[in-house]
This record gives sequence, structure tokens and C-alpha cells, in this order.
Amino acid sequence: MPVVRTGEIQVWRRREPAKQLAIWFAWLCGVALFMFCWSIISEKTTWFFVFDAPRIAGDIGSRMFPPRWSYIDQLWLPLWDTINIATLGTMFSIVMAVPVAFLAARNTTPSTRFVRPLALLIIVSSRSINSLIWALLLVSIVGPGLFAGVIAISLRSIGFVAKLLYEAIEEIDEDQVEAIAATGASRAQIIAYGIVPQIMPAFAGITVFRWDINIRESTVLGLVGAGGIGLQLQGSLNILAWPQVTLILIAILFSVVASEVVSAKVRKAII
Amino acid sequence: MSLAAQLGGSKRWKRPPLIKSPLLRWLLGIGAALYLAAAFGSLEVNWLRVWEGLDRGWAFVLGFMQPDFVSRWADIKEGIIESLVMTVTSTVIGILISVPIGLGAARNIAPLPVYLFCRGIIAVSRSFQEIIVAILFVAIFGFGPFAGVVTLSFATIGFLAKLLAEDIEDSRAEQLEAVRATGSSWLQLMNYAVQPQVMPRLIGLSMYRLDINFRESAVVGLVGAGGIGATLNTSFDRYEFDTTAAILITIIAIVMATEYASGIIRARVQ
Repeated sequence: MPVVRTGEIQVWRRREPAKQLAIWFAWLCGVALFMFCWSIISEKTTWFFVFDAPRIAGDIGSRMFPPRWSYIDQLWLPLWDTINIATLGTMFSIVMAVPVAFLAARNTTPSTRFVRPLALLIIVSSRSINSLIWALLLVSIVGPGLFAGVIAISLRSIGFVAKLLYEAIEEIDEDQVEAIAATGASRAQIIAYGIVPQIMPAFAGITVFRWDINIRESTVLGLVGAGGIGLQLQGSLNILAWPQVTLILIAILFSVVASEVVSAKVRKAII
Repeated sequence: MSLAAQLGGSKRWKRPPLIKSPLLRWLLGIGAALYLAAAFGSLEVNWLRVWEGLDRGWAFVLGFMQPDFVSRWADIKEGIIESLVMTVTSTVIGILISVPIGLGAARNIAPLPVYLFCRGIIAVSRSFQEIIVAILFVAIFGFGPFAGVVTLSFATIGFLAKLLAEDIEDSRAEQLEAVRATGSSWLQLMNYAVQPQVMPRLIGLSMYRLDINFRESAVVGLVGAGGIGATLNTSFDRYEFDTTAAILITIIAIVMATEYASGIIRARVQ
């Protein structure tokens, strides 16, 4: 036990002196790094604008209220589109993610040396690139519209769904697989009767969870032209129609909260 | 009636369905089919445009085969460094703010008004996409990385404070009681009872958030909040797909590196 002796009295300390010193040094490095980064940010900031921010924020705030409620008539269709982007995107992503997950899981991959790294690379690439960047890319390839949004969402979701799914596959109970294999089942039958029933609850949970995230992400895809309510947001921002912006933000807030409630209910029902 | 009789005398085993009630199963199935028909109906695909765009898609694939790091290297380097700097700054500021909010949002150590207030902040921060927040902050603070830092710090609060609060609520009540019984002050209680229990997870979550913030810093630039996003957007607009590919590969490589590093650190602290 780390104890410091001062004269006759022994005092308990939480750590040994050497460890304490090492922790202090790590903190020193961390703080120095932060201060360095902050100085770079500070150099690039026009501080006048920052000090002026409360006034600007107050100004924008006063323009944002009250929201223009009548604008809601023009929002129903974009909202419907937003939900479609999220749902269809999630569906397509599942179609692509399931094979990737089976190729990435250690116990189902055909080859740990060649196929698994490739599957992991697909997962990492899909996860590293934000759906907005995918949307930018797809808008320039397939043109602006819903379709670009659907594909962007599905490409972004592959990594997430496949990663969680392959972790679920790796955690299955091998005894059941062995039991099915012992009946003389083929490889496809082993997957269908030994593995799929075990990962089904996890799979359903992951899907609904990702759908919930996708609703959130599809609200902004319109900013780069990929359809949905983001288009209206961009339009309203461009003409500085702040009361409309407020209404759009309220609509987004409602759909996000609603999707979160749905996803939480479904996940609770499954697990 | 026995199971065999129900199946018409044959004793064939059937897999149990995922949803037990047949009525609910059919209703959900029909509902899903109707929805899909409506959704596909409203999805207008201009196949001619897609066909024309395939050349560009192919150009992008070729760009990925031969990424061009050289001709715009100065811009890429500046953007990536700015993104990294923003990531570090915003993660640190985010952690500093979310620790008190996380303490306030844990029901077992905070009184009800504080709890509701902190949960409210978390809910607002979680509901809006970073990019929407960034638009507002750019309007308020002006263009530049400062708006990006504020955005990412704000987004960090919703993530970190929520998970920290849940972790504190899950922590062992006995330890809190034991430290409280020694007559400790509130600060001592936090320092000796709560902090040792949640520290490993807090470090893990912070590393994870660092990773997310880097990824997000690549997009807040699209609306003028600094970082690599602006460079990326320009390269898309100019159809310089080889440069785009170089930027994306750099992002992927950095994400992989941070993910690997955070995996090692998390394994050490937990």
C-alpha cells in the first residue's frame, strides 16, 4: 500500500510517488497539446465576431419567432421523402451489409487471411465517411434527388450494420452450430438453422437502431441536394426566412423524437 | 388439438416465427408492403441521368485507384491539420462541459430540478445533426474553425454527458454510502466514490468521441465551419476526383489509426 512516512505518522496515499509523477506528466502533455491547438484556433478566429455573437444571436432569435406555422403545408411532402430516404436506405444497406458481416465474422468467413481484411476494409471505409460526403459524391454521379439520398444513406449504414452484426455472429453459441452440423446439414443449412435464429434479435435491434439514426441523418442530406426536408431548410436559409427555419427545425425535432420513441419501443419488445 | 393435427396430420417441424401472434404478423406484413409500394412510388429515379452519371462514377473509381496527393497537397495538409486541431480542442472542451452536466443528469446524485435541466440540455444537443448546429453557429460566430469547435463541443455534450450519467446511475450505491458515512463533503464524495467507478468508462467514451469528432470535423467544413470539409467540397465541385480520393483515403487512414489507438488505450484502462 502506498504510504508516506512523515516523522512518526504514516499517511495513506492513493498512488505510489512514481505513478503519481507519471500521471502528472501525462496531464502536462495533454494540457500543453490542448493549449497549442487552442492557440491555432484562436489565431484563425476573428474575435470581434465572437464578442459580437450575443447581439447577433439575439437578433437572429428575434427574427426566428414566431415560427411561420402556415408553412407546414409545404413540409409534409419533404417530411415523407425524408422518412422514405431513411427507410429505403436502411433496407438497401441491410441487403449489402449481411453478406459483408458473414464474411467479416471469424467463425463464418471463408478465409481469415484474404476475405476478412477486405470485409473489414469495406466496414471501416463506409463508417469513416459521413453520409453527407457520400451524398455529395452521389449527387454528382446520379444527379440531385431522393435516389442519391437513398444510396448515400445505404452506403453509410453498411459499416455500422455489418460491424455490429459480425460482432453478434462472433458471440453466438457454437454448440448449436455443431448440433446442426452433426445432422449432416449443408453450409447454407447450418447458417439458416444454426446461426440465423441466434442473431435474429440482435439483427432486428441493430436495424431499428440504424433506422433511427438514418432519420436524423436524412434530415440534412437536402443541404447538398439529395432530397428531403434539408432542401427546404437550405432554401429558407438562403432567403433568410428565419420564421420558416424555426418551423423546419421544430418539424425535424418532432420526427427525430418520434423515430427515437418508435425505435426504443421496438427494441424493448425484441429484447 | 395437438400440434400434429393442426399441421394436417404431418409431423413436420416448422421454425417458430419471429412474431408470435399471427394477426400482428399479417398486419405488419401488409402494412410494410403498402408502405413500400407508396415509398417506391414517390421515389422518382431519372435513369437517363443515372446512366449519364455513370461515367463520372467510373472516373471516381479510377480516381480512387490513382489518388492524387501531390497537386493539392498544400490544401489537403492545411485542411487535415485544421481538422485535427479542431478535433482535439472540441473534444477537450466538450469533456470539460459534459462532466458537470453528466453529474447533474444522474438521478442518484442530483436533485430533481438540476436533473431535468441537465437532461433538457442533453436532449436538445442530441436531436440536431451537427451540420444544422454548425449552420446556426456559423451565422452567429462567422466563418472559420471557431464555429466548428463550438459545434463539435456542443455535439460532444449530448453524447458524453448522457452516457456518463447512465454510468453514474449504474454505479454501486454502497460505495457512495460508505464514503458519505465518513462525513465527506460533496466534492470528496465525487472524488473518492464516483470518480474511481466511472473513470475507465469515461476515458473509453472520450477516446471514442475523439474519433467521432474527427469524422464530423470533415463535414462541418461544408457549411463553412473550418476543417478539411471545405477542401473536399471544392474538389467535388471541380470534379477533381483524384484529389477527392486522396482526401477520403487520408480521412479513412486517420480514422483507422485513431480507432486502433483508442482500442489499445481502452483495453489498458478497462
